[in-house]
Amino acid sequence: MNTPGQAKAKPVGDKKIVLRAIGDSVSKLDPRTMVKNPVMFVVEVGSALTTLQLVRDTLHHVGRFAFGLQITAWLWFTVLFANFAEAMAEGRGKAQADTLRKARAETQAHRLRSDGSAEVVPSSKLRSGDVVRVKAGEFIPGDGEVIEGVASVDESAITGESAPVIRESGGDRSAVTGGTRVLSDEIKVKITSNPGETFLDRMIRLVEGASRQRTPNEIALNILLAGLTIIFLLAVVTLQPYAIYSGAPQNIFVLVSLLVCLIPTTIGGLLSAIGIAGMDRMIQRNVIAMSGRAVEASGDVDVLLLDKTGTITLGNREATMFLPCPNVDETDLANAAQLASLADETPEGRSIVVLAKEKYGLRGRDFAQHNPVFIPFSAQTRMSGVDLDGRQIRKGAPDAIAKYIAERGQQVPKETQQCVADISNGGGTPLLVAENGRVLGVIALTDIVKGGMLERFNHLRAMGIRTMMITGDNPLTAAAIARQAGVDDFLAEARPEDKMALIKREQAKGKLVAMTGDGTNDAPALAQADVGVAMNTGTQAAKEAGNMVDLDSNPTKLIEIVEIGKQLLITRGALTTFSVANDVAKYFAIIPAMFAGAFPQLNVLNLMRLATPQSAILSAVIFNALIIIALIPLALRGVTYRPVGAAALLRRNLFIYGLGGVIAPFVGIKLIDMLISYLHFA
Amino acid sequence: MTANGWFQILFFLLVIFLVTKPLGVFMARVFNREKTFLDPFLRPVEKLVYRVTAVDEQHEMCWTEYTTAMLLFSGVSMTLLYLIERLQKWLPFNPQKLPNVEPGLAFGTAASFTTNTNWQSYVPETTMSYLTQMMGLAYHNFVSAAVGIVLAIVVTRGIARRETEKLGNFWVDTTRCLLWVLLPMCLVGSLIFVSQGVVQNFKPYTAAQLLDPQTVQVTGADGKTTTRTVTQQVIAQGPVASQEVIKEFGTNGGGFFNANSSHPFENPTPFSNFFELVLIFAIPSGLTYTLGRVTGSPRHGWAVWGAMAFLFLAAVSAAYWAESRGNPQFQDYVDQHASAMQSGGNLEGKEVRFGTASSALFATVTTDASCGAVNGMHDSFTPLGGMVPLINIMLGEAVFGGVGAGLYGMFVFIVLSVFIAGLMVGRTPEYLGKKIESYDVKMAMLAVLILTFTILGFSAFAVVEPFGTAGITNPGPHGLSQILYAYVSSAGNNGSAFAGINANTMWYNTSTAVAQLLGRFFMIIPIMAIAGSLARKKTVPESAGSFPVTGALFSTLLVSTILIVGALTFFPALSLGPILEHLLMMAGKSF
Repeated sequence: MNTPGQAKAKPVGDKKIVLRAIGDSVSKLDPRTMVKNPVMFVVEVGSALTTLQLVRDTLHHVGRFAFGLQITAWLWFTVLFANFAEAMAEGRGKAQADTLRKARAETQAHRLRSDGSAEVVPSSKLRSGDVVRVKAGEFIPGDGEVIEGVASVDESAITGESAPVIRESGGDRSAVTGGTRVLSDEIKVKITSNPGETFLDRMIRLVEGASRQRTPNEIALNILLAGLTIIFLLAVVTLQPYAIYSGAPQNIFVLVSLLVCLIPTTIGGLLSAIGIAGMDRMIQRNVIAMSGRAVEASGDVDVLLLDKTGTITLGNREATMFLPCPNVDETDLANAAQLASLADETPEGRSIVVLAKEKYGLRGRDFAQHNPVFIPFSAQTRMSGVDLDGRQIRKGAPDAIAKYIAERGQQVPKETQQCVADISNGGGTPLLVAENGRVLGVIALTDIVKGGMLERFNHLRAMGIRTMMITGDNPLTAAAIARQAGVDDFLAEARPEDKMALIKREQAKGKLVAMTGDGTNDAPALAQADVGVAMNTGTQAAKEAGNMVDLDSNPTKLIEIVEIGKQLLITRGALTTFSVANDVAKYFAIIPAMFAGAFPQLNVLNLMRLATPQSAILSAVIFNALIIIALIPLALRGVTYRPVGAAALLRRNLFIYGLGGVIAPFVGIKLIDMLISYLHFA
Repeated sequence: MTANGWFQILFFLLVIFLVTKPLGVFMARVFNREKTFLDPFLRPVEKLVYRVTAVDEQHEMCWTEYTTAMLLFSGVSMTLLYLIERLQKWLPFNPQKLPNVEPGLAFGTAASFTTNTNWQSYVPETTMSYLTQMMGLAYHNFVSAAVGIVLAIVVTRGIARRETEKLGNFWVDTTRCLLWVLLPMCLVGSLIFVSQGVVQNFKPYTAAQLLDPQTVQVTGADGKTTTRTVTQQVIAQGPVASQEVIKEFGTNGGGFFNANSSHPFENPTPFSNFFELVLIFAIPSGLTYTLGRVTGSPRHGWAVWGAMAFLFLAAVSAAYWAESRGNPQFQDYVDQHASAMQSGGNLEGKEVRFGTASSALFATVTTDASCGAVNGMHDSFTPLGGMVPLINIMLGEAVFGGVGAGLYGMFVFIVLSVFIAGLMVGRTPEYLGKKIESYDVKMAMLAVLILTFTILGFSAFAVVEPFGTAGITNPGPHGLSQILYAYVSSAGNNGSAFAGINANTMWYNTSTAVAQLLGRFFMIIPIMAIAGSLARKKTVPESAGSFPVTGALFSTLLVSTILIVGALTFFPALSLGPILEHLLMMAGKSF
C-alpha cells in the first residue's frame, strides 16, 4: 500500500529516525516539558536529587561512590529512555511531514480578477473565496472546489496513489487539494481555505504531532498514574520514619531507587508514544484522523453504518442472467437487451452489453445505416430503449414494461411474472425487455457481495459491534443482500435525513456510531456520527464534517479503523497492567535489601536470592529502565488485536500482561543481578 | 488446626451465603419504596416522622445536596454526643455517679461513634453513664450505620440511574433504613441475646464477695510494688442486650464493656458468638445482592460477593493457621497442641471458651467488616495472626466491610479495576454501561489517597515523635504494629485496637479522631461525587464487546487489584512491623 507522500512505512529501527530520536530525548529533559508527564517528572527530580547527593558524597569522600554513580546513571537513563520512546513515535511522523512540506512548496497562482483577467500571485497570498485558473502541468495552489471545467489530477503527493483522478465542477467530485497537480485540461478553482489552514497544513501538523492534544482516556489514565505516583511517594516518604524507628535509616539513593521502581514508569514512559503510534498506524493505512479523540472513539464504536454500494457490494449491480420467456430464444433476448442498452451509459446498462458480449459473443454493431433512435431513460416512462428498422425495443422496470405492453393489448406471461418475483426475492433487480409490445424475457441485475465480508462481519459481531447496511433499495432487496452479506440490520429506501435520524436514535441509546460518506448530503450525518470517515474523493463539505479522511477512499477501511482504535486502547491497558504488576517483584528485590543489614532475618523475603543488597537495588533499577526500551516496539506496533469477545480478550490479556507482569521482573531482575555480580559492578 | 475449627469457619460462610439474597432483596425493596411485609406497621410511623420533621417524601436530591444533608446531620449528632458526655454527671441514668467525660476523650469518642469507628480509648463501665451509653453511643450506633447503608444505596443508584442528577432523599433513606432494616432486627436480636444470658437492666454495679480471695501485686504511682488481698469483685451491669445487636449489625463494635465480646455478659455462649458473627456480615453481604438487583445485574453482585468471600477465606485461613501454630518459644514449656481438652495454639489474650478457630474467625470478620468488636485481643495474636486484621483494614475494609462503607469502599476498587483492565478489551473503560472517565478516576484516586495519607502520614509521624512512641507498651517491631494499627483502625473506621497501646492521651485522642473523621467523611465525598457523575451519564447497552463485570474472571481481577493496590502501599510498613516481628520470633526473640 502506498503511504502519504510516498514516505514508505519506516521500520522501527530506521537509522535516521533513531538518530533524531536520540537527540530529541535529551532536549526533552527540559523540566518544563517533563512536568507534563508527572510520573517521569518525579523520576527526573529523583535523578537530580541523587546527582546532588553523589556530588556531596564525593566532596566529603563518604558513601559508596560506584554504587551511587551507577544508581544515578540508571535513573537518568530511565528518563532518557522514556523520552526516547516518545521521540521514536514522533520520528516517523516527522519524516512524513518533511516529505509533505515539499509538496507545499510555494507555487505561483493565476488569480482571476472580477473582470476575468488573471494576475500572478504567490499561493501564500490566496484567501478563501479567491478564484484561480489552473492549467495542465500546474500545481493547484490551495484547497478548493472546481467551479468550471474538468481535469485529471495527480494526487499522489497526498494519497500516494499514482493513478490520476478526475475532478470536475458540480457533483461529488469537485474537491481539489492544494499541492496536487493538474495533468490535463484546465479548471477554475474557488479557494476554500486560508494559508496555514489547508488540508496539507493540517496533515503536516497531524503527522508531526504538533497539534496533538491528549485524548480523554489518556487524560484519565494520566490522573490514575499521577495518583499512583503520589501513593508510592507517600509509601516511600513514610518508610524513612519507620526505618528510623526500627534503627535502620536509609540513604537517598536507596529511597529514590525504591520510589522510581514503584511508580508506574513503564506506562508513564510509553503512554504518549502509544498515542502517537496509534495516529501513525492510521496514517500508514492512509487514514488521516483529525484528532486523537477520533482514534480513541473508533475503538468504542458500537454501530457501524455501512453504505451498501462500494462497501458491502462491489460497486454497482451487474447483469448476471438473461431469462427468456417461453418460446423465446435466449440469444434473441440477449441481442435485444444489448441493443436497448447500447446508449445506456449507466453502469447497469454497460454491464448488460458486457454480459451479452461475453456470454453470447454479441458485439456492438455499426448502426449508422440503420438510423437508430435511442430512447433515453425518463422518470415518467421509467424505460429506455431504441427504435431501429421498425423494431421498438424497450427495457425497464417490470411494472413500467407491463404497463407499456398492456397499452398494446399484451400481457406478461405467468412464467415471466414468476421469474421477476424470484429475482426480486433473491435480492436482485429484474428488468423486462420488450420488443414491439411483446415481452422477450427478463434481465437479472444482481449485487455482487465482496469476498470475505461475511467473515469480517462475524468478527465484528464477536467484538460486540453491530453492522448496519444503508441502501436506497426497497426493503425486500435490502433484506436479501443483508442476509447474503451477513450484516446485522439494514436501513432500506434510505434518504440522507433517514441516516441522520438513525444515528441520533442509536446515540440516544448510548451507542457510538461510525459511518463513511463522500457526498455533500452526507455531511450532516458525518458530523453527527462519533466517527465520521470522509472519502478523499468526496466533497470539501464532507471532508470538513467528518473527523477522519480516508485517502484511499475505501469505505471498507472503517473496519480497519475500528481495529486500530481498539488496538490503541488495548496497548494502553496492557502496558498499564504490566507496569503495576511489575511492582510485586521489585518490592521483593528492594525491601529485603534495605533492611537485611539491620535485620538479617528479613533476607527470607529475598525470594530471588539476589547477591548483595547493592546488586539487588541496582538490578531492580536497571530492569526498570531497560523494560521501557524493551517495550518500545510493542508500544509503537501495538498489542496484537484479535476479534473475539470481550471476556476472551480480557482473559488472554490479563494472563499475558497481568500474570506475565508479575513473573517477568522476577526473571529479569535475577538475570541482571547475575550479570552485574559476575562483572563485579556491585 | 482442627476439623471442628474448619467446620466453624465454613459453616459460617455458608450461613452468610444463605442470608445474602433474602436480605439483599429486602433492602433493595425498602430503598426502592416497594412493598414489604413490614409496611402495615411501619408506613404509619414513617409518615408521622415526615409530618413531624417536615420532610417532603417526594423530594429527590442531587449528590451535593445529599452529601450536605448527611454531613450536617452527622455534625449535629456529633455535637449532641459531645454535650451528653460532657454533662452526664448532671443527667439521669447515672447510678454509678460517673463524672463528666474530659474534653479530649469526649471529642475523640464523639468523632469515633459518629464515624461508625467506635474506637474506645477508655473503659466504658467506669467512664460512660447508662444515659450516655443509650442516648449518646447507641443512638450513633444506629444512625452512623444507617448513614453508611444509605450512602451505599446512593452508589448503586448512581450506577443504575441514567441522565439524572437525582439520587434520592437522605432523610427518607435514613428513616427507612432505621425503621425497616435496623430496628426490627435489633428488637428480635436483643431477645435472642437475652435468651442466651446477656444482661439487660439499669442496676448499679454488683459487688460480689470472692469465694477465694486473691493476692495480687500492685505497682503504685511511685513505682513501688506492694501486695494486696482482694476479697471483692465489682460486676458491671447495664442495658447490654439492647446495644449488643446494633454493635454487630451496624458494624459499630463499641462494646458496652471494655472486654467487648469476650465479656460473658456481652457474649455468653457459643451460639451468641456465632450469632454475633453472622450479624456483622449480614448487611454488608446482603448489600452485594442489593447492588446486583438495583443495577439489574445480579451476577455482578455475586461476582463482587465472590471476590469478598475469597479474600475473607484467605484471611481467616492465614489467621487460623498462624494462631494454631502457637508461639515456637513456648514449645518446651507449654502444651500448645489441639486436643479434646483445649483448642491448642496461641491462647494468650483469647477466651478459652472460644479457642483459636473462633477467635481467628472473629478477628477476621470484625476487621473485614469495619466492626471492631472483638472476642480476643488482637495485640496478643502471633505476629502473622495479628497482621491479618491489620491487612484487612488496610485493604480498605472492602471485604464485606462496614455496613454500606464496605460496598462503597469496594466500589472504589471496582472503578479502579475497571479502569486499569477495562482498556484491555479494546474499549474505553465502562462499568455496567457507564463510562469511567477522568473525573471518576480522579475521585476514586482521591479516596484511595485520603486513606493512604491518613494511615501512613499519622503513623509515620507518631513513630518518630516522643508523644507517639510514649503510648507503645512493647518495643521493637511490635510497637510499630501497635501505632500502625491505631491509625489503620481509625482511618478505616474499624475501632478495634492492638490493645497494648495506651491511646487515652491528648495526642492519640485527637489524632485518631482526626484520622477517623478523614477516613469517613473525606472518603465519602469523592465517592458520592462518582455516584453523582455516573448518574448523569448515559448507559451504553451491553454487548459482546462490553467489559465483563460478572463471573470468576472479574472476581479474580477485583481480588488482584485490591491486593496489589493495598499490599503495594503498605508492604514496606508491614515488613518492618509484623513480618519482621514474626521472623525475629522464629529466631527466638519476642516483644
